[in-house]
Amino acid sequence: MQFFHNHILSIILFTPLLGLVVLLFIPGEKKDAVRWWGNIAMFAGFLVSLPLVFWFNSEAPDQQFKFIERTDWIPSIGAQYFLGIDGISFLLIMLTTVLGFLSVLSSWTAIQERMKEYYAMFLLLQAGMLGVFMSLDFFLFYVFWEVMLVPMYFIIGVWGGPRKLYAAIKFFLYTLAGSVLMLLGILTLYFRYHTDTGIYTFNVLTLMQHGWPANLQFWVFWAFMVGFAIKVPMFPFHTWLPDAHVEAPTAGSVILAGVLLKMGTYGFVRFSLPLLPQASASPAIVKVMVTLSIIAIIYGALVSMMQRDMKKLIAYSSVSHLGFCTLGIFALNPHGLSGSVLQQINHGISTGALFLIVGLIYERRHTREIKELSGLSNVMPVYATLFMIVMLSSIGLPLLNGFIGEFTILQGAFEVTWHWAAWAVVGIVLGAAYMLWLYQRTMFGTCDNPKNQILKDLNLREIVTLVPLVIWAFWIGLYPKPFFHVLEKPVAAIVQRVNPSFYAAAPAVSAAIPAGTPIPAAPAEPSSGPTNPAPGVAH
Amino acid sequence: MFSMLVLVLADNYLMMFVGWEGVGLCSYLLIGFYFHRQSASDAGKKAFIVNRIGDAGFLLGVMLITVTFGSLNFLEVTEAARSGHFAVGDGVITAICILLFVGATGKSAQIPLYVWLPDAMEGPTPVSALIHAATMVTAGVYMVARSNALYVLAPTALALVAAIGAATAIWAASIGLAQNDIKRVLAYSTVSQLGYMFLACGVAAFGAGIFHLMTHAFFKALLFLGSGSVIHALSGEQDMRKMGALWGKIPTTARTMLIATLAISGAPLLSGFFSKDEILWQSFASPYGSKILWIIGVVTAGMTGFYMFRLFFLTFAGKSRVPHEVEHHIHESPSSMTVPLIILAAGALGAGWIGWPKALGGSNHFEHFLEPVFENPALRAAEHHTWSLEFGLMLSSVAVAAVGFYIAYRWYVKSPETPERVVASVEPLYRVVLNKYYVDELYDALFVNRAKDLGDGLAAFDLGIVDGGVNGVGFTTRVTAEASRLWDLWVIDGLVNVLAFVTKLLSYPARILQTGLVQAYALLIVLGVLVFMGYYFLHF
Repeated sequence: MQFFHNHILSIILFTPLLGLVVLLFIPGEKKDAVRWWGNIAMFAGFLVSLPLVFWFNSEAPDQQFKFIERTDWIPSIGAQYFLGIDGISFLLIMLTTVLGFLSVLSSWTAIQERMKEYYAMFLLLQAGMLGVFMSLDFFLFYVFWEVMLVPMYFIIGVWGGPRKLYAAIKFFLYTLAGSVLMLLGILTLYFRYHTDTGIYTFNVLTLMQHGWPANLQFWVFWAFMVGFAIKVPMFPFHTWLPDAHVEAPTAGSVILAGVLLKMGTYGFVRFSLPLLPQASASPAIVKVMVTLSIIAIIYGALVSMMQRDMKKLIAYSSVSHLGFCTLGIFALNPHGLSGSVLQQINHGISTGALFLIVGLIYERRHTREIKELSGLSNVMPVYATLFMIVMLSSIGLPLLNGFIGEFTILQGAFEVTWHWAAWAVVGIVLGAAYMLWLYQRTMFGTCDNPKNQILKDLNLREIVTLVPLVIWAFWIGLYPKPFFHVLEKPVAAIVQRVNPSFYAAAPAVSAAIPAGTPIPAAPAEPSSGPTNPAPGVAH
Repeated sequence: MFSMLVLVLADNYLMMFVGWEGVGLCSYLLIGFYFHRQSASDAGKKAFIVNRIGDAGFLLGVMLITVTFGSLNFLEVTEAARSGHFAVGDGVITAICILLFVGATGKSAQIPLYVWLPDAMEGPTPVSALIHAATMVTAGVYMVARSNALYVLAPTALALVAAIGAATAIWAASIGLAQNDIKRVLAYSTVSQLGYMFLACGVAAFGAGIFHLMTHAFFKALLFLGSGSVIHALSGEQDMRKMGALWGKIPTTARTMLIATLAISGAPLLSGFFSKDEILWQSFASPYGSKILWIIGVVTAGMTGFYMFRLFFLTFAGKSRVPHEVEHHIHESPSSMTVPLIILAAGALGAGWIGWPKALGGSNHFEHFLEPVFENPALRAAEHHTWSLEFGLMLSSVAVAAVGFYIAYRWYVKSPETPERVVASVEPLYRVVLNKYYVDELYDALFVNRAKDLGDGLAAFDLGIVDGGVNGVGFTTRVTAEASRLWDLWVIDGLVNVLAFVTKLLSYPARILQTGLVQAYALLIVLGVLVFMGYYFLHF
């Protein structure tokens, strides 16, 4: 048990890989065995991550990162096998293991050819994604970051739709282009640290302690930003997303939207902000990032509204939702950041479920054209009900998850300046418009297309893939406190580094305000950030 | 229902918002109850989206409250607002109030966001009665009244509320004059009555607003359920032009409807009379009121009298215009439908008595009941107006309503051909009013279609420019690669080949000699020997 406790992260990380190895020994012709094993391995991956829920103790007074595992890997260049998680990565890991299992379960009947390769790719992908969220060593992080690209490339390219090759290559090259720039940034920090201290290390925590010159921070920030922004994707780096989503098989879309996109935002939260606090808080960069976020919110929603393909519509809605996440990050205050992380989870739940829902209808009708479908609630009531709940969670109705995330982000943005929040709420209104319109066109009305009249409602397996997400959506919507609790400390640590003046200023209290004075829009303008060196930065 | 209770019982703005959205969702689902009808699902969607626009304002207002007060609790906010830290007219407070009011215009169907409510009549009639007349739509009024401590600090916002309220009251009443669908008349009447409530709030007479909210709930729910009963009796007919002479045929419905119609028109001693006159009086006498507001209110009262009795006479009096096949089926509704009517009728009769004004010798219990909530020194100033003035105003408004009643009586009972003549004489104006001033069309043209165009444009932009840029980069790379290939093939490799070619060319003479034939070599040797011999012979 002690061993299990000490190496829980490695176990979570290597369970899918172990499953992969066993899978290789199962003959490809035994389709049922392959299918069962693929699901069992993924489910096992989820089971071994469950103890984290009980063991993760955010009250523990020790350092920010928990369950640390650390050993030398390539000593000559200073690369280490260094894993550790905080509340932010904890939530994302849970999201990954849950979505990984559900998406594989959803492919039970959808994937009929090259089944063995398919499940193998998914297991590899799962390991890559988990590794990204656990790594505290830049070298290791980069390895996982790239490892993950390969299976996704094959998943889109082999099991995808008509334009799968175009989409797969676009996805791969686009992301790679960003990753390479990010690598350049990592290497800059690596060599600069060596110049300053004589030590070669990729250790993120060590690098965080170093006082980087503002000029260097600035350039490295942009290198990171391109890598992460392509992954998020932020406007205008988003166009690989609709193509990849539309062409990918259902499970690929679920993972792509649910987890892969989060790596970009995670990168900003984990690396850009604490490593490069002065750059991240500089008014110019905040302005650029926030402007791009707000453009993404409104632009993504408007483009989404006019799509004719359900998957494309949801893909653009992701652009809009992720705009909220990046907006929250660059509000640089606890509300914005914790809202952003929670919204990332929410987006994984809601959009993951939406892609599952589209996949279910695609499997039946082999089309995603909105105009081909109408009045489906007449023939598929269970489907329509689940779709309704998921849709409402996506548009941020109170008591469901989306509202909590959006509201907290808006609150964070509002504390900086009301303009941001005012622009962002436009996205909320449009969000309701495009989702309701989609729902009305596909579910309501009369079902006159004979092809639709014979459709069967969901079977038990299909319901099982959706229900956990619905439950999770209600959980966050009704009782988000445990989630915020887990996020509280890591977020505070990041804000402390990037925007220390936030804690210096007392929060606004009504009694402290003299009559008639205009209220300062926020306790801390981000512009005041760069002038105050972070206290944690020791030279 | 649960959401509605959450909304009303919430002790802070966030919980209130949760309930607020919850009722919005229920409303969306209930309007779209007959979802196979395109118009019903359109109406549901419209209601939700228009409400969302208002909600956006509400949400921003809530955030501004948090940032300003550090709390969302009603008591704490109210206390802070009354503590004197904020001057009257404070910019932030005004902003909060206006943002909250934007939310209220969405939920409570005020200009410019009232357009969803008439369409919401696509839902089942009991739904219309409950949420679109009595409870949900009044949430906005409740919210404004709940925030009264903030509003009294923001005279600009109050003026805006009063102006919007009065404008909505008369605007919707005028649309109601010409509608033929029985439920639509009631819907516009609801919008108009909500306008009254906001008018009351806008002149800082929050108590009067809530009072009217309550009485309105009785008589409007009664009217809706009554109309439902009529529609039921006529096998689903909603067009008043195909009704008439139903008084004797569905007596319970007719009698209760008469009570409600009298109440909403403000007939003395019925519930609507007390609350409406309270509002009119306050709009005249309150420090925030003015004569213009009062005049608008009174004119609206006249219109109300007219359109409500038009509805009543068209439905229950005159000659029957019911088609024959329907006429056989006319029957009074079962008691499950009539008993609620009777209970509500009792309310519509008597609910006003708890607010019996002092001018008529009463004690206005209702106002005392709410006094701790709406504690406001400014209102005390209104007291010094004489009661005789109040009484006079009361009489005039009743008189105006009576004029409305009389016109309706003349036109629809005495000489049913008059309306057609009148309509013919003001044909263009009538068309405009009948079509609701074309506001829906205007919104479609201005916002809905423009948003769609913008979406289309941006989608094209996304495909052409943004994605085009990405593909352009890909294309450029390929062109460059192709150029490199050609360069490599023709220039770099070409150079190598040229070099080889030159070498080959140069080697040609040497090569042709290397034939591999011994005889040829022998011949050459012989020739060579001969050449040398010739050379020697020539020179030596």
